[in-house]
Amino acid sequence: MRILLIAEHNGTHLRTASRCALGFANQLAVQTDGSVTCLLLGSGLDEVAADAARFADVLVADDEALRSPVADRYARVIADVAGAGAFDLVTAAATTFAKDIVARAGGLLGGAMASDVIAHEWRDDRLLLQRPMYAGAVNATVVLHGPVQIVTVRPSAYEEAAVKNRPGSIEKIEVDAAALPNHIQFEGLASKETGRPDVTEARVVVSGGRAIKNSEDFERLIGTLADRLGAATGSSRALVDAGITPNEFQVGQTGKIVAPELYMALGISGAVQHLAGMKNSQVIVAINSDPDAPIFEVADYGLVGDVYELIPELIEKLDGD
Amino acid sequence: MKILVPTKRVPDTDQRIRVAADGLSIDTSMLPFVVNPFDAIALEEAVRISEESSQPVEVVAVGVGGDEYEEQLRTALAMGAERALLVETDRPVDPWNVARLLVKVVERESPNLIIMGKQAVDDDANQAGQFLAALLDWPQATFASKVELVEGGLRVDRETDAGIETVRVSLPAVVTTDLRLNEPRYASLPSIMRAKKKTIERLSCEELGLTIEPRIEIVAMEGTSSDRQCERVDSVDELIDRLRNVAEVI
Ligand SMILES: Cc1cc2nc3c(=O)[nH]c(=O)nc-3n(C[C@H](O)[C@H](O)[C@H](O)COP(=O)(O)OP(=O)(O)OC[C@H]3O[C@@H](n4cnc5c(N)ncnc54)[C@H](O)[C@@H]3O)c2cc1C
Repeated sequence: MRILLIAEHNGTHLRTASRCALGFANQLAVQTDGSVTCLLLGSGLDEVAADAARFADVLVADDEALRSPVADRYARVIADVAGAGAFDLVTAAATTFAKDIVARAGGLLGGAMASDVIAHEWRDDRLLLQRPMYAGAVNATVVLHGPVQIVTVRPSAYEEAAVKNRPGSIEKIEVDAAALPNHIQFEGLASKETGRPDVTEARVVVSGGRAIKNSEDFERLIGTLADRLGAATGSSRALVDAGITPNEFQVGQTGKIVAPELYMALGISGAVQHLAGMKNSQVIVAINSDPDAPIFEVADYGLVGDVYELIPELIEKLDGD
Repeated sequence: MKILVPTKRVPDTDQRIRVAADGLSIDTSMLPFVVNPFDAIALEEAVRISEESSQPVEVVAVGVGGDEYEEQLRTALAMGAERALLVETDRPVDPWNVARLLVKVVERESPNLIIMGKQAVDDDANQAGQFLAALLDWPQATFASKVELVEGGLRVDRETDAGIETVRVSLPAVVTTDLRLNEPRYASLPSIMRAKKKTIERLSCEELGLTIEPRIEIVAMEGTSSDRQCERVDSVDELIDRLRNVAEVI
Protein backbone atom coordinates (compact mmCIF):
# COMPACT_ATOMS: atom_id res chain seq x y z
CA MET A 1 0.00 0.00 0.00
CA ARG A 2 1.08 3.55 -0.65
CA ILE A 3 0.60 5.17 2.72
CA LEU A 4 0.36 8.88 3.45
CA LEU A 5 1.03 9.89 7.04
CA ILE A 6 -0.35 13.25 8.14
CA ALA A 7 2.23 14.38 10.68
CA GLU A 8 1.75 16.75 13.57
CA HIS A 9 4.65 18.87 14.65
CA ASN A 10 5.61 21.72 16.95
CA GLY A 11 7.41 23.72 14.26
CA THR A 12 10.70 21.92 14.74
CA HIS A 13 9.96 18.25 15.46
CA LEU A 14 7.42 15.57 14.74
CA ARG A 15 5.19 14.95 17.71
CA THR A 16 5.60 11.65 19.53
CA ALA A 17 2.03 10.66 18.64
CA SER A 18 2.85 11.05 14.94
CA ARG A 19 5.99 8.95 15.31
CA CYS A 20 3.78 6.22 16.78
CA ALA A 21 1.40 6.49 13.82
CA LEU A 22 4.49 6.26 11.65
CA GLY A 23 5.30 3.02 13.48
CA PHE A 24 1.94 1.66 12.29
CA ALA A 25 2.56 2.94 8.76
CA ASN A 26 6.01 1.35 8.58
CA GLN A 27 4.70 -2.04 9.73
CA LEU A 28 1.92 -1.94 7.17
CA ALA A 29 4.31 -0.86 4.40
CA VAL A 30 6.51 -3.87 5.11
CA GLN A 31 3.51 -6.22 5.20
CA THR A 32 2.12 -4.94 1.91
CA ASP A 33 5.40 -4.26 0.14
CA GLY A 34 4.39 -0.62 0.05
CA SER A 35 5.77 2.80 0.93
CA VAL A 36 5.32 5.55 3.49
CA THR A 37 5.28 9.26 2.71
CA CYS A 38 4.95 11.89 5.38
CA LEU A 39 2.91 15.04 4.70
CA LEU A 40 3.70 18.18 6.68
CA LEU A 41 1.43 21.21 6.65
CA GLY A 42 2.13 24.63 8.07
CA SER A 43 4.30 27.61 7.46
CA GLY A 44 8.08 27.86 7.88
CA LEU A 45 8.67 24.13 7.84
CA ASP A 46 12.34 23.72 6.86
CA GLU A 47 13.49 22.54 10.25
CA VAL A 48 10.65 20.10 10.85
CA ALA A 49 10.97 18.77 7.28
CA ALA A 50 14.57 17.84 8.05
CA ASP A 51 13.42 16.11 11.23
CA ALA A 52 10.67 14.21 9.39
CA ALA A 53 13.09 13.13 6.64
CA ARG A 54 14.96 11.11 9.25
CA PHE A 55 11.93 8.80 9.24
CA ALA A 56 10.44 8.82 5.73
CA ASP A 57 10.13 10.63 2.44
CA VAL A 58 8.49 13.96 3.07
CA LEU A 59 6.01 16.15 1.21
CA VAL A 60 5.84 19.71 2.47
CA ALA A 61 2.86 22.02 2.10
CA ASP A 62 4.48 25.21 3.34
CA ASP A 63 2.41 28.36 3.00
CA GLU A 64 1.41 31.36 5.05
CA ALA A 65 -2.22 30.35 4.45
CA LEU A 66 -1.53 27.20 6.47
CA ARG A 67 -0.01 28.93 9.50
CA SER A 68 -2.83 27.80 11.81
CA PRO A 69 -4.38 24.34 11.66
CA VAL A 70 -7.82 25.21 10.30
CA ALA A 71 -9.84 22.22 9.19
CA ASP A 72 -11.24 23.46 5.88
CA ARG A 73 -7.85 24.40 4.39
CA TYR A 74 -5.82 21.56 5.83
CA ALA A 75 -8.39 18.96 4.76
CA ARG A 76 -8.45 20.38 1.24
CA VAL A 77 -4.67 20.12 0.90
CA ILE A 78 -4.64 16.58 2.31
CA ALA A 79 -7.41 15.47 -0.04
CA ASP A 80 -5.64 17.03 -3.01
CA VAL A 81 -2.44 15.17 -2.17
CA ALA A 82 -4.09 11.84 -1.31
CA GLY A 83 -6.84 11.80 -3.93
CA ALA A 84 -6.85 10.78 -7.57
CA GLY A 85 -5.28 7.41 -6.82
CA ALA A 86 -2.05 8.83 -5.46
CA PHE A 87 -2.33 6.97 -2.13
CA ASP A 88 -4.20 3.89 -0.88
CA LEU A 89 -4.27 4.79 2.78
CA VAL A 90 -4.10 7.99 4.80
CA THR A 91 -3.12 7.70 8.44
CA ALA A 92 -2.52 9.91 11.47
CA ALA A 93 -2.44 9.69 15.24
CA ALA A 94 -5.88 9.82 16.89
CA THR A 95 -5.49 13.28 18.43
CA THR A 96 -7.91 16.21 18.36
CA PHE A 97 -5.93 17.55 15.38
CA ALA A 98 -6.67 14.43 13.35
CA LYS A 99 -10.20 14.02 14.66
CA ASP A 100 -10.94 17.50 13.36
CA ILE A 101 -8.83 17.73 10.22
CA VAL A 102 -8.15 14.21 8.96
CA ALA A 103 -11.81 13.26 9.48
CA ARG A 104 -12.81 16.20 7.29
CA ALA A 105 -10.29 15.08 4.68
CA GLY A 106 -11.90 11.63 5.03
CA GLY A 107 -15.19 13.21 4.07
CA LEU A 108 -13.58 14.58 0.91
CA LEU A 109 -12.00 11.21 0.16
CA GLY A 110 -15.07 8.98 0.31
CA GLY A 111 -15.59 8.32 4.01
CA ALA A 112 -13.97 4.90 4.46
CA MET A 113 -12.52 5.69 7.87
CA ALA A 114 -11.63 3.80 11.02
CA SER A 115 -10.88 5.87 14.12
CA ASP A 116 -8.58 5.07 17.02
CA VAL A 117 -7.19 1.79 15.70
CA ILE A 118 -5.28 -0.28 18.29
CA ALA A 119 -4.08 -3.24 16.18
CA HIS A 120 -4.08 -4.43 12.60
CA GLU A 121 -3.44 -7.48 10.49
CA TRP A 122 -2.81 -7.93 6.78
CA ARG A 123 -4.46 -11.16 5.77
CA ASP A 124 -5.57 -12.47 2.35
CA ASP A 125 -4.98 -9.07 0.80
CA ARG A 126 -7.30 -7.43 3.30
CA LEU A 127 -6.46 -4.94 6.00
CA LEU A 128 -8.14 -5.95 9.25
CA LEU A 129 -8.30 -3.10 11.74
CA GLN A 130 -9.11 -3.50 15.39
CA ARG A 131 -10.75 -0.64 17.23
CA PRO A 132 -12.55 -0.18 20.54
CA MET A 133 -16.26 0.64 20.67
CA TYR A 134 -18.69 1.33 23.52
CA ALA A 135 -16.06 3.03 25.69
CA GLY A 136 -13.75 0.07 25.24
CA ALA A 137 -16.28 -2.55 26.35
CA VAL A 138 -15.74 -4.35 23.05
CA ASN A 139 -13.10 -4.45 20.36
CA ALA A 140 -14.38 -4.66 16.81
CA THR A 141 -12.40 -5.87 13.83
CA VAL A 142 -13.36 -3.88 10.76
CA VAL A 143 -12.61 -3.81 7.06
CA LEU A 144 -12.94 -0.56 5.13
CA HIS A 145 -14.49 -0.33 1.68
CA GLY A 146 -13.72 2.77 -0.30
CA PRO A 147 -11.39 4.47 -2.71
CA VAL A 148 -8.93 5.48 0.00
CA GLN A 149 -8.77 4.05 3.50
CA ILE A 150 -8.44 6.60 6.32
CA VAL A 151 -7.06 5.27 9.58
CA THR A 152 -6.30 7.12 12.80
CA VAL A 153 -4.28 5.06 15.26
CA ARG A 154 -4.07 5.21 19.02
CA PRO A 155 -0.50 6.33 19.69
CA SER A 156 -0.02 4.17 22.79
CA ALA A 157 -0.83 1.05 20.75
CA TYR A 158 2.19 1.39 18.44
CA GLU A 159 5.90 1.76 19.02
CA GLU A 160 7.49 4.97 17.80
CA ALA A 161 9.13 4.62 14.40
CA ALA A 162 12.91 4.36 14.42
CA VAL A 163 15.18 6.69 12.47
CA LYS A 164 16.07 5.27 9.03
CA ASN A 165 19.60 4.54 7.92
CA ARG A 166 19.32 6.91 5.01
CA PRO A 167 17.26 10.12 5.24
CA GLY A 168 14.21 10.41 3.01
CA SER A 169 13.66 12.94 0.26
CA ILE A 170 12.00 16.31 0.84
CA GLU A 171 9.65 17.62 -1.82
CA LYS A 172 7.69 20.85 -1.71
CA ILE A 173 4.16 20.79 -3.05
CA GLU A 174 2.48 23.77 -4.62
CA VAL A 175 -0.22 25.34 -2.46
CA ASP A 176 -2.67 27.50 -4.35
CA ALA A 177 -3.59 29.71 -1.41
CA ALA A 178 -6.18 31.66 -3.38
CA ALA A 179 -8.11 28.48 -4.14
CA LEU A 180 -8.26 27.31 -0.51
CA PRO A 181 -11.47 27.69 1.48
CA ASN A 182 -11.53 30.65 3.79
CA HIS A 183 -14.45 30.25 6.15
CA ILE A 184 -12.73 29.29 9.39
CA GLN A 185 -10.62 31.94 11.12
CA PHE A 186 -8.21 30.88 13.81
CA GLU A 187 -8.29 33.36 16.72
CA GLY A 188 -6.04 31.79 19.30
CA LEU A 189 -5.12 28.97 21.62
CA ALA A 190 -5.27 29.25 25.40
CA SER A 191 -3.26 26.52 27.02
CA LYS A 192 -2.36 26.20 30.63
CA GLU A 193 1.38 25.76 31.01
CA THR A 194 1.90 23.31 33.82
CA GLY A 195 5.62 22.84 33.35
CA ARG A 196 4.92 19.11 33.56
CA PRO A 197 5.13 16.50 30.83
CA ASP A 198 2.16 15.92 28.53
CA VAL A 199 -0.23 13.36 29.94
CA THR A 200 -0.10 11.23 26.78
CA GLU A 201 3.69 11.15 26.69
CA ALA A 202 4.64 10.82 30.35
CA ARG A 203 6.13 7.69 31.88
CA VAL A 204 4.05 8.27 35.02
CA VAL A 205 0.62 9.90 35.28
CA VAL A 206 -0.94 11.01 38.56
CA SER A 207 -4.68 11.63 38.23
CA GLY A 208 -7.18 13.05 40.65
CA GLY A 209 -10.94 12.64 40.83
CA ARG A 210 -13.92 14.14 42.56
CA ALA A 211 -12.34 13.46 45.95
CA ILE A 212 -10.21 16.56 45.30
CA LYS A 213 -12.22 19.58 46.35
CA ASN A 214 -10.56 22.56 44.67
CA SER A 215 -7.68 23.72 42.46
CA GLU A 216 -5.41 24.51 45.41
CA ASP A 217 -5.84 21.02 46.79
CA PHE A 218 -5.27 19.55 43.34
CA GLU A 219 -1.99 21.39 43.01
CA ARG A 220 -0.93 20.69 46.62
CA LEU A 221 -1.75 16.96 46.47
CA ILE A 222 -1.78 15.72 42.85
CA GLY A 223 0.66 18.34 41.53
CA THR A 224 3.23 17.86 44.27
CA LEU A 225 3.12 14.08 44.04
CA ALA A 226 3.45 14.31 40.26
CA ASP A 227 6.52 16.52 40.58
CA ARG A 228 8.07 14.15 43.07
CA LEU A 229 7.68 11.36 40.47
CA GLY A 230 8.48 13.44 37.38
CA ALA A 231 4.93 12.70 36.29
CA ALA A 232 2.17 14.34 34.29
CA THR A 233 -1.09 15.32 35.97
CA GLY A 234 -4.47 14.15 34.74
CA SER A 235 -8.00 14.04 36.07
CA SER A 236 -11.41 12.52 35.69
CA ARG A 237 -14.17 14.37 33.91
CA ALA A 238 -15.67 15.33 37.26
CA LEU A 239 -12.83 17.76 38.01
CA VAL A 240 -12.85 19.28 34.52
CA ASP A 241 -16.59 19.85 34.73
CA ALA A 242 -16.11 21.49 38.13
CA GLY A 243 -13.52 23.86 36.63
CA ILE A 244 -10.82 22.48 38.94
CA THR A 245 -8.68 21.14 36.07
CA PRO A 246 -8.47 22.28 32.42
CA ASN A 247 -10.07 20.20 29.68
CA GLU A 248 -6.77 18.88 28.38
CA PHE A 249 -6.32 16.99 31.67
CA GLN A 250 -9.34 14.75 31.09
CA VAL A 251 -8.46 11.10 30.71
CA GLY A 252 -11.11 8.83 29.26
CA GLN A 253 -13.40 7.79 26.45
CA THR A 254 -13.97 11.37 25.41
CA GLY A 255 -10.70 12.83 26.67
CA LYS A 256 -7.16 11.60 26.33
CA ILE A 257 -6.11 7.97 26.10
CA VAL A 258 -2.99 7.18 28.10
CA ALA A 259 -0.93 4.06 28.73
CA PRO A 260 2.00 5.04 30.95
CA GLU A 261 4.26 2.73 32.94
CA LEU A 262 2.49 3.87 36.09
CA TYR A 263 -1.00 5.38 36.42
CA MET A 264 -2.19 6.55 39.82
CA ALA A 265 -5.96 7.02 40.18
CA LEU A 266 -6.51 9.03 43.34
CA GLY A 267 -10.10 9.53 44.47
CA ILE A 268 -11.45 8.34 41.13
CA SER A 269 -14.35 5.88 41.19
CA GLY A 270 -13.54 4.06 37.94
CA ALA A 271 -16.49 4.75 35.65
CA VAL A 272 -16.21 2.88 32.32
CA GLN A 273 -15.70 6.20 30.55
CA HIS A 274 -12.63 6.89 32.68
CA LEU A 275 -11.30 3.32 32.41
CA ALA A 276 -11.48 3.59 28.62
CA GLY A 277 -8.68 6.14 28.82
CA MET A 278 -6.25 4.43 31.18
CA LYS A 279 -6.89 0.72 31.55
CA ASN A 280 -3.99 -0.26 29.30
CA SER A 281 -1.45 1.40 31.59
CA GLN A 282 1.27 -1.01 32.65
CA VAL A 283 0.84 -0.62 36.40
CA ILE A 284 -2.26 0.93 37.95
CA VAL A 285 -2.51 2.17 41.54
CA ALA A 286 -5.83 3.17 43.08
CA ILE A 287 -6.41 5.02 46.31
CA ASN A 288 -10.04 5.36 47.28
CA SER A 289 -12.00 5.60 50.52
CA ASP A 290 -14.60 3.19 49.19
CA PRO A 291 -13.28 -0.41 49.30
CA ASP A 292 -15.84 -1.40 46.65
CA ALA A 293 -14.99 1.32 44.12
CA PRO A 294 -14.85 -0.20 40.60
CA ILE A 295 -11.39 1.30 40.03
CA PHE A 296 -9.97 -1.52 42.16
CA GLU A 297 -11.12 -4.04 39.54
CA VAL A 298 -8.58 -2.71 37.05
CA ALA A 299 -5.84 -1.80 39.55
CA ASP A 300 -2.69 -3.75 40.38
CA TYR A 301 -2.32 -2.15 43.81
CA GLY A 302 -5.15 -0.77 45.88
CA LEU A 303 -5.07 1.25 49.06
CA VAL A 304 -8.27 2.10 50.91
CA GLY A 305 -8.31 5.44 52.67
CA ASP A 306 -8.62 9.20 52.52
CA VAL A 307 -6.53 10.84 49.78
CA TYR A 308 -6.22 13.95 51.97
CA GLU A 309 -4.25 11.88 54.48
CA LEU A 310 -2.55 9.34 52.25
CA ILE A 311 -1.19 11.61 49.50
CA PRO A 312 0.70 13.91 51.93
CA GLU A 313 2.09 10.81 53.62
CA LEU A 314 3.14 9.42 50.26
CA ILE A 315 4.86 12.67 49.30
CA GLU A 316 6.60 12.89 52.65
CA LYS A 317 7.87 9.32 52.52
CA LEU A 318 9.07 9.67 48.94
CA ASP A 319 10.79 12.95 49.89
CA GLY A 320 12.42 11.33 52.88
CA ASP A 321 14.62 9.08 50.78
CA MET B 1 -32.88 31.04 11.42
CA LYS B 2 -33.13 27.28 11.32
CA ILE B 3 -30.94 24.89 13.32
CA LEU B 4 -30.73 21.22 12.44
CA VAL B 5 -29.77 18.84 15.23
CA PRO B 6 -28.92 15.31 14.08
CA THR B 7 -29.22 12.81 16.93
CA LYS B 8 -28.36 9.18 17.47
CA ARG B 9 -30.01 6.54 19.60
CA VAL B 10 -27.42 4.77 21.76
CA PRO B 11 -27.43 2.36 24.71
CA ASP B 12 -27.63 4.08 28.10
CA THR B 13 -24.05 4.84 29.13
CA ASP B 14 -24.45 3.15 32.53
CA GLN B 15 -25.19 -0.25 31.03
CA ARG B 16 -22.88 -3.21 30.70
CA ILE B 17 -22.29 -3.99 27.04
CA ARG B 18 -22.01 -7.60 25.89
CA VAL B 19 -21.29 -9.08 22.49
CA ALA B 20 -24.27 -10.85 20.88
CA ALA B 21 -24.25 -14.50 19.81
CA ASP B 22 -23.46 -13.54 16.20
CA GLY B 23 -20.06 -12.26 17.31
CA LEU B 24 -20.56 -9.16 15.14
CA SER B 25 -22.78 -6.88 17.18
CA ILE B 26 -23.80 -6.19 20.76
CA ASP B 27 -26.65 -7.83 22.62
CA THR B 28 -29.34 -5.15 22.75
CA SER B 29 -32.14 -7.29 24.20
CA MET B 30 -31.87 -5.89 27.72
CA LEU B 31 -30.56 -2.44 26.96
CA PRO B 32 -32.38 0.83 27.59
CA PHE B 33 -31.59 3.41 24.92
CA VAL B 34 -31.09 7.15 25.19
CA VAL B 35 -30.29 10.13 23.01
CA ASN B 36 -26.49 10.14 22.60
CA PRO B 37 -25.30 12.42 25.45
CA PHE B 38 -23.36 14.70 23.09
CA ASP B 39 -26.48 15.11 20.93
CA ALA B 40 -28.50 16.04 24.00
CA ILE B 41 -25.93 18.79 24.55
CA ALA B 42 -26.38 19.82 20.91
CA LEU B 43 -30.17 19.97 21.35
CA GLU B 44 -29.81 22.02 24.51
CA GLU B 45 -27.52 24.48 22.74
CA ALA B 46 -29.92 24.87 19.83
CA VAL B 47 -32.88 25.38 22.13
CA ARG B 48 -30.95 27.96 24.17
CA ILE B 49 -30.07 29.87 21.00
CA SER B 50 -33.75 29.87 20.02
CA GLU B 51 -34.79 31.04 23.51
CA GLU B 52 -32.22 33.82 23.62
CA SER B 53 -32.62 35.08 20.08
CA SER B 54 -34.79 38.06 19.23
CA GLN B 55 -35.45 36.50 15.82
CA PRO B 56 -37.54 33.35 15.40
CA VAL B 57 -35.33 30.25 15.43
CA GLU B 58 -36.66 26.86 14.41
CA VAL B 59 -34.94 23.79 15.86
CA VAL B 60 -35.37 20.59 13.88
CA ALA B 61 -34.20 17.28 15.36
CA VAL B 62 -33.24 14.51 12.95
CA GLY B 63 -32.78 10.81 13.56
CA VAL B 64 -31.57 8.07 11.27
CA GLY B 65 -32.97 4.63 12.02
CA GLY B 66 -36.09 2.51 12.44
CA ASP B 67 -39.42 2.86 14.31
CA GLU B 68 -37.71 2.32 17.65
CA TYR B 69 -36.16 5.75 17.16
CA GLU B 70 -39.44 7.54 17.86
CA GLU B 71 -38.88 7.51 21.59
CA GLN B 72 -35.63 9.49 21.34
CA LEU B 73 -37.10 11.94 18.85
CA ARG B 74 -39.96 12.55 21.30
CA THR B 75 -37.35 13.31 23.92
CA ALA B 76 -35.86 15.84 21.51
CA LEU B 77 -39.28 17.43 20.99
CA ALA B 78 -39.86 17.51 24.74
CA MET B 79 -36.52 19.26 25.21
CA GLY B 80 -37.71 22.01 22.91
CA ALA B 81 -37.20 21.02 19.27
CA GLU B 82 -39.98 22.40 17.10
CA ARG B 83 -40.08 19.50 14.66
CA ALA B 84 -38.62 16.02 14.43
CA LEU B 85 -37.68 14.15 11.33
CA LEU B 86 -36.93 10.44 11.01
CA VAL B 87 -34.88 9.18 8.09
CA GLU B 88 -35.94 5.56 7.89
CA THR B 89 -33.31 2.87 7.51
CA ASP B 90 -33.65 -0.76 8.42
CA ARG B 91 -30.06 -1.39 9.48
CA PRO B 92 -27.28 0.45 11.23
CA VAL B 93 -25.73 3.16 9.11
CA ASP B 94 -22.07 4.17 9.31
CA PRO B 95 -20.90 7.80 9.65
CA TRP B 96 -20.32 8.21 5.89
CA ASN B 97 -23.88 7.26 5.06
CA VAL B 98 -25.31 9.27 7.93
CA ALA B 99 -23.48 12.28 6.49
CA ARG B 100 -24.78 11.56 2.98
CA LEU B 101 -28.36 11.23 4.24
CA LEU B 102 -27.98 14.46 6.21
CA VAL B 103 -26.79 16.26 3.09
CA LYS B 104 -30.12 15.34 1.50
CA VAL B 105 -32.01 16.57 4.56
CA VAL B 106 -30.02 19.81 4.43
CA GLU B 107 -30.99 20.26 0.77
CA ARG B 108 -34.67 20.01 1.75
CA GLU B 109 -34.53 22.00 4.98
CA SER B 110 -31.89 24.66 4.22
CA PRO B 111 -30.72 25.19 7.81
CA ASN B 112 -28.29 27.97 8.71
CA LEU B 113 -26.60 25.93 11.38
CA ILE B 114 -26.14 22.27 12.24
CA ILE B 115 -25.25 21.36 15.81
CA MET B 116 -24.48 17.72 16.58
CA GLY B 117 -22.52 15.61 19.05
CA LYS B 118 -18.77 15.27 18.54
CA GLN B 119 -19.09 11.52 18.82
CA ALA B 120 -21.71 8.90 19.44
CA VAL B 121 -20.84 6.87 22.50
CA ASP B 122 -21.60 3.56 20.75
CA ASP B 123 -19.12 3.45 17.87
CA ASP B 124 -17.01 6.34 19.25
CA ALA B 125 -16.11 7.27 15.65
CA ASN B 126 -16.08 11.07 15.87
CA GLN B 127 -16.57 11.42 12.09
CA ALA B 128 -20.12 12.28 11.01
CA GLY B 129 -19.98 16.03 11.68
CA GLN B 130 -16.67 16.44 9.88
CA PHE B 131 -17.85 14.33 6.92
CA LEU B 132 -21.04 16.37 6.69
CA ALA B 133 -19.14 19.69 6.76
CA ALA B 134 -16.79 18.37 4.06
CA LEU B 135 -19.63 17.20 1.82
CA LEU B 136 -21.49 20.49 2.20
CA ASP B 137 -18.28 22.53 1.88
CA TRP B 138 -19.31 24.37 5.05
CA PRO B 139 -16.98 25.49 7.83
CA GLN B 140 -16.80 23.33 10.92
CA ALA B 141 -16.10 24.02 14.57
CA THR B 142 -15.65 20.71 16.32
CA PHE B 143 -15.55 19.88 20.07
CA ALA B 144 -17.23 23.14 21.04
CA SER B 145 -17.24 24.23 24.68
CA LYS B 146 -18.68 27.70 23.96
CA VAL B 147 -20.72 29.03 21.04
CA GLU B 148 -21.48 32.72 20.54
CA LEU B 149 -23.44 34.30 17.73
CA VAL B 150 -21.40 37.21 16.41
CA GLU B 151 -21.49 39.52 13.44
CA GLY B 152 -21.12 37.39 10.33
CA GLY B 153 -21.20 33.99 12.03
CA LEU B 154 -20.11 32.24 15.20
CA ARG B 155 -17.24 32.44 17.60
CA VAL B 156 -16.55 29.00 19.03
CA ASP B 157 -14.23 27.77 21.77
CA ARG B 158 -12.97 24.29 20.95
CA GLU B 159 -11.55 21.72 23.36
CA THR B 160 -8.29 20.44 21.88
CA ASP B 161 -5.46 18.33 23.27
CA ALA B 162 -3.40 21.48 23.71
CA GLY B 163 -6.07 23.60 25.39
CA ILE B 164 -8.96 25.81 24.35
CA GLU B 165 -8.75 27.03 20.76
CA THR B 166 -10.97 29.85 19.53
CA VAL B 167 -12.18 30.05 15.94
CA ARG B 168 -14.61 32.20 14.03
CA VAL B 169 -16.75 30.58 11.36
CA SER B 170 -19.18 32.01 8.85
CA LEU B 171 -22.70 30.61 8.47
CA PRO B 172 -23.94 28.14 7.43
CA ALA B 173 -21.70 25.94 9.57
CA VAL B 174 -21.44 22.63 11.37
CA VAL B 175 -20.70 22.70 15.10
CA THR B 176 -19.96 19.55 17.08
CA THR B 177 -20.37 19.60 20.84
CA ASP B 178 -18.09 18.67 23.69
CA LEU B 179 -19.14 17.91 27.25
CA ARG B 180 -18.59 21.36 28.71
CA LEU B 181 -20.83 23.27 26.29
CA ASN B 182 -23.86 23.10 28.57
CA GLU B 183 -25.87 20.86 30.81
CA PRO B 184 -28.94 19.52 29.02
CA ARG B 185 -32.25 20.17 30.72
CA TYR B 186 -34.69 17.54 31.80
CA ALA B 187 -37.91 17.86 29.89
CA SER B 188 -40.85 19.02 32.00
CA LEU B 189 -43.99 16.91 32.22
CA PRO B 190 -46.14 19.36 30.20
CA SER B 191 -43.53 19.47 27.43
CA ILE B 192 -43.37 15.66 27.40
CA MET B 193 -47.17 15.59 27.03
CA ARG B 194 -47.05 18.16 24.23
CA ALA B 195 -44.29 16.20 22.50
CA LYS B 196 -46.46 13.09 22.51
CA LYS B 197 -49.04 14.83 20.34
CA LYS B 198 -46.64 16.04 17.68
CA THR B 199 -46.17 14.10 14.48
CA ILE B 200 -42.78 12.84 13.59
CA GLU B 201 -42.10 13.43 9.91
CA ARG B 202 -40.69 10.45 8.08
CA LEU B 203 -38.46 10.26 5.06
CA SER B 204 -37.22 7.12 3.34
CA CYS B 205 -33.86 6.72 1.66
CA GLU B 206 -35.78 6.36 -1.62
CA GLU B 207 -37.51 9.69 -1.11
CA LEU B 208 -34.13 11.20 -0.45
CA GLY B 209 -32.81 9.51 -3.59
CA LEU B 210 -29.99 7.71 -1.86
CA THR B 211 -28.71 4.18 -1.66
CA ILE B 212 -26.60 3.24 1.33
CA GLU B 213 -22.96 2.48 0.47
CA PRO B 214 -21.45 0.76 3.50
CA ARG B 215 -17.87 1.83 4.21
CA ILE B 216 -17.17 -0.01 7.43
CA GLU B 217 -17.75 -3.73 7.65
CA ILE B 218 -17.51 -5.31 11.08
CA VAL B 219 -16.00 -8.78 10.67
CA ALA B 220 -15.55 -9.66 14.34
CA MET B 221 -16.34 -8.31 17.78
CA GLU B 222 -15.16 -9.43 21.16
CA GLY B 223 -15.68 -8.32 24.73
CA THR B 224 -12.76 -6.92 26.66
CA SER B 225 -12.14 -7.61 30.30
CA SER B 226 -9.48 -6.85 32.82
CA ASP B 227 -7.47 -9.83 34.00
CA ARG B 228 -5.63 -7.83 36.62
CA GLN B 229 -5.53 -9.06 40.19
CA CYS B 230 -5.62 -6.19 42.61
CA GLU B 231 -3.32 -6.57 45.55
CA ARG B 232 -4.72 -4.64 48.50
CA VAL B 233 -1.96 -3.00 50.45
CA ASP B 234 -2.51 -1.74 54.00
CA SER B 235 -0.23 1.25 54.19
CA VAL B 236 1.67 3.86 52.24
CA ASP B 237 4.90 2.09 53.18
CA GLU B 238 3.68 -1.13 51.63
CA LEU B 239 2.56 0.71 48.50
CA ILE B 240 5.96 2.36 48.07
CA ASP B 241 7.65 -0.99 48.62
CA ARG B 242 5.56 -2.67 45.89
CA LEU B 243 6.11 0.13 43.39
CA ARG B 244 9.85 0.16 44.05
CA ASN B 245 10.72 -3.45 44.53
CA VAL B 246 8.06 -5.49 42.77
CA ALA B 247 6.71 -3.38 39.91
CA GLU B 248 9.92 -1.34 39.74
CA VAL B 249 8.18 1.72 38.34
CA ILE B 250 9.40 4.39 40.77
C1 LIG C 1 -20.84 10.75 27.40
C2 LIG C 1 -19.95 10.66 28.59
C3 LIG C 1 -18.59 10.79 28.42
C4 LIG C 1 -17.74 10.73 29.52
N1 LIG C 1 -16.39 10.83 29.31
C5 LIG C 1 -15.57 10.75 30.37
C6 LIG C 1 -14.15 10.80 30.22
O1 LIG C 1 -13.63 10.94 29.11
N2 LIG C 1 -13.38 10.74 31.32
C7 LIG C 1 -13.90 10.59 32.60
O2 LIG C 1 -13.14 10.54 33.58
N3 LIG C 1 -15.23 10.53 32.77
C8 LIG C 1 -16.07 10.62 31.70
N4 LIG C 1 -17.42 10.57 31.91
C9 LIG C 1 -17.93 10.67 33.30
C10 LIG C 1 -17.92 9.35 34.06
O3 LIG C 1 -19.11 8.63 33.77
C11 LIG C 1 -17.86 9.62 35.57
O4 LIG C 1 -18.93 10.43 35.95
C12 LIG C 1 -16.57 10.30 36.01
O5 LIG C 1 -15.45 9.62 35.50
C13 LIG C 1 -16.52 10.30 37.52
O6 LIG C 1 -15.38 10.99 37.97
P1 LIG C 1 -14.78 10.65 39.40
O7 LIG C 1 -14.40 9.22 39.46
O8 LIG C 1 -13.73 11.64 39.70
O9 LIG C 1 -15.98 11.00 40.38
P2 LIG C 1 -16.92 10.04 41.21
O10 LIG C 1 -17.53 8.99 40.39
O11 LIG C 1 -17.81 10.92 42.01
O12 LIG C 1 -15.91 9.30 42.19
C14 LIG C 1 -15.23 9.92 43.23
C15 LIG C 1 -14.51 8.80 43.97
O13 LIG C 1 -13.70 9.36 44.97
C16 LIG C 1 -13.84 8.60 46.16
N5 LIG C 1 -13.56 9.53 47.26
C17 LIG C 1 -14.31 10.58 47.67
N6 LIG C 1 -13.67 11.23 48.66
C18 LIG C 1 -12.51 10.59 48.89
C19 LIG C 1 -11.41 10.79 49.75
N7 LIG C 1 -11.37 11.82 50.61
N8 LIG C 1 -10.36 9.93 49.67
C20 LIG C 1 -10.37 8.89 48.81
N9 LIG C 1 -11.37 8.66 47.94
C21 LIG C 1 -12.44 9.50 47.99
C22 LIG C 1 -15.23 8.07 46.14
O14 LIG C 1 -15.31 6.86 46.90
C23 LIG C 1 -15.46 7.82 44.65
O15 LIG C 1 -15.06 6.50 44.30
C24 LIG C 1 -18.27 10.57 30.82
C25 LIG C 1 -19.65 10.43 30.98
C26 LIG C 1 -20.49 10.46 29.89
C27 LIG C 1 -21.95 10.28 30.10
